[in-house]
Amino acid sequence: MSGPDRPLFDVEEMEVNFGPQHPATHGVLRLMVTLDGEKIVDARPIIGYLHRGTEKLFEQMDFPQCIPHTDRMDYIAAATNNQGFCVTMEKALGIAIPPRAAYIRMILAELQRLASHLVWFATHAIDIGAITPFFYNFRDRDEILDLFEEYCGARLTLNTMKIGGVPFELPEGWVDRCRAVIDAFPAKIDEYETLLTENRIWKKRTVGIGVVSPEDAVEWGLTGPPLRGSGVKWDIRKVFPYDRYDEVEFEVPIGSNGDTYDRYLVRVEEMRQSVRIVRQCLDRLPEGPLTARAPKVLRAKEGMVYGSVEAPKGELGYFVVTTEKSTKPYRCRVRPPSFVNLQALPDMVRGHLVADLVAVIGTLDIVLGEIDR
Amino acid sequence: MTDEPTAPPDDAPVEPKPKLTDEEKAAKIAAAKAKAAAKRAAADGGGVEGDAAEAPPKPPWEEKPVPPERIEATDDPEAVALAAAVAGSVLGAERFAGDLTIRVPVAKIVEICRFLKTERGFAFLVDLTAVDWPGREEGRFDVVYWMHRFADQARLRLVTAVAEDRVIESVTGVWKTANWMEREVWDLYGIVFANHPRLERILTWEGFNGHPLRKDFPVEGIDTGAAIYPDHYPPGGGPLTDEEKERAT
Repeated sequence: MSGPDRPLFDVEEMEVNFGPQHPATHGVLRLMVTLDGEKIVDARPIIGYLHRGTEKLFEQMDFPQCIPHTDRMDYIAAATNNQGFCVTMEKALGIAIPPRAAYIRMILAELQRLASHLVWFATHAIDIGAITPFFYNFRDRDEILDLFEEYCGARLTLNTMKIGGVPFELPEGWVDRCRAVIDAFPAKIDEYETLLTENRIWKKRTVGIGVVSPEDAVEWGLTGPPLRGSGVKWDIRKVFPYDRYDEVEFEVPIGSNGDTYDRYLVRVEEMRQSVRIVRQCLDRLPEGPLTARAPKVLRAKEGMVYGSVEAPKGELGYFVVTTEKSTKPYRCRVRPPSFVNLQALPDMVRGHLVADLVAVIGTLDIVLGEIDR
Repeated sequence: MTDEPTAPPDDAPVEPKPKLTDEEKAAKIAAAKAKAAAKRAAADGGGVEGDAAEAPPKPPWEEKPVPPERIEATDDPEAVALAAAVAGSVLGAERFAGDLTIRVPVAKIVEICRFLKTERGFAFLVDLTAVDWPGREEGRFDVVYWMHRFADQARLRLVTAVAEDRVIESVTGVWKTANWMEREVWDLYGIVFANHPRLERILTWEGFNGHPLRKDFPVEGIDTGAAIYPDHYPPGGGPLTDEEKERAT
C-alpha cells in the first residue's frame, strides 16, 4: 500500500493475556485482549479457574447442609447468599418465617451489602489509582465484620441463616453496638465521597467509560447496580419483596448515562439506603420466636421453584428441582449475578484504552467465587 | 342428641321419602360433618363454651408448613396466547408455588421464544439451565428458560425435553445473554446448541472429557489425565496427548 491512504505506522493487532494471576482482575479472571496499539479491539473472558462443582455438591446434601456451601460462592457477601437459598427453600416448602427472624435477616443482609460495597469501593478505586479510600473502607468494613463475628462467630463465611428463620438470638447489647456503627456511617460515606465524587482525575477515568444503554442492559441480562446505573429502576427488594422488605422504606437509586461514574454514584447511594433500612429494622425489631415451626427433617414435594434476592451484585437466584418426599435437591442451579454481568464486558470495553479495562472490571463488581461456583 | 325429629304419630299416612338431588345430598353431608366437628371441638374444650370459636388464629410460623400444590394452568393467559400463536406449542402448563411453567416442544423453541419476547414482552431472560432425568421416555434432559416481563413484573418458565442425541436450537439470536448460559449447559450437561456463535466449554477446560452435572458423572470426579504439575505443559492447557506424554518422559 502506498500513497496518502497508507497509515503512518503499520497497524498490527496484538493478542495479550491478562490474568488470571493479576490483582486487578479481582480473583482469577483471565482475559484474552486483542489490542490495536493501546486500543481494545476485543476482550474475551476466560473463566472457570475457581470451579468447585458446588451445584453437583448440592445434589448430594440435605437442604440445610447446602447453606454453608452458599457462603463460598460470593464470599464477599455471604449473608445474602444464605438468604437467597433460605428464601427459595421456604417458598418450596411453604414455610412462613416469624417477623423477628425476618428483621434480623434484613439487618444482616443490609450490613453485608455495606461490607460488600466497601470492598467494591476500595478495590475499584485502587485499580484506577486512588489508593487512599482503601484504608478508610477496610477500616470501616472491619467494624461490620466485628458485628458479624459477635453474632455468629464468623467474619466472612457466616452461615448465619437457616430454613425457617435464623439460628441465634442477638447477643446482649448487640443492637446498641450495631446502632452506633450505623449512626456513624453516613458521615463516613460523606468522607469517602470527598475523596472521589468531585475528583477531577476520578471523573476523567470514569465518566463515559463502559457505557451501557438501558436496552443493552436488559438484553445482556444485567441486574443490580449495572442495570440501575443505566437508568432501569428495578430492584428485587421492591419487585418481589422477600422477608419483610415491604415494611421498610427505601429508595432505589438510578443513574442516567449508564457509565462507570453513574454506577459509582448508584452504589454510593445504595450504601446510604442500606443504612436507612438497618436503622428502621433496629427501631422496629419485633419480639418473638426466631424460627418457624418446621419439621426437623424437611421433605419437599415434586416441583420446580425459583427464588431470588437482591444481592449486592444483582439478582441472585436459586432454581431448585425437588422430587416427592426428597430431603435433597434433585437439582439446584444458582443464577449468579456476576456471571451474567461479566458477559457484557467485551461490549463495554470495545474501543476503549487498555487502562480502562480495569475500570470496567471494577465497575462490574465481580466475584469469581460465584462466577465459577 | 337433643334435636332429633320427633316420631310421626301412628295415624299419619306413610309418605314415600322424596328422592334427594345431588346438591341436597352434598348439603346434608356437609351439615352432618359440621355438626360432628362442632361436637368434637366441644369435647376437646372440656365443655367450656365458645372456647374453640374465640381462640385467636395462630400466626403462620407457628402452624405446620403448608407445602405448595401443583395447579393445572393451561387456561392461563400466557399459555392461551402462546397456543394461539404457535400451533402445538403448549404441551402442558402448571403453577407451583406461584411460578408458571409451560412445557413446549423442542423443535419450535426459537419460534416460541421470539414470540414471547416480541409479542408478549418477555424482554429479559433471567436464567437458562438444564435438568438431567436419566432414562426418561420423552427425552433425558429438560432445558429450562426463565424469563421476566417488566410491564407487570410477571415471570414465565419454559421447559422443553431434549433427548440425549438430539440437538436444540440456540436462542442467542433472541436474547444475547443466553450465550454464556448455553455454553454452561453444554459444558455441564453435554447438550448441543445448534447455531450458537461459540459453543465452547466455559467452567471446565477445553479438552475435559465428561459433563459433570450429568447424574452418571461420579461426585468424586474422574481421571481426566491432567497432571497438576506436569513436566510439559500442553499449549492451551488440558490433558496431554499421547505424543506429548512420550515427549515429556
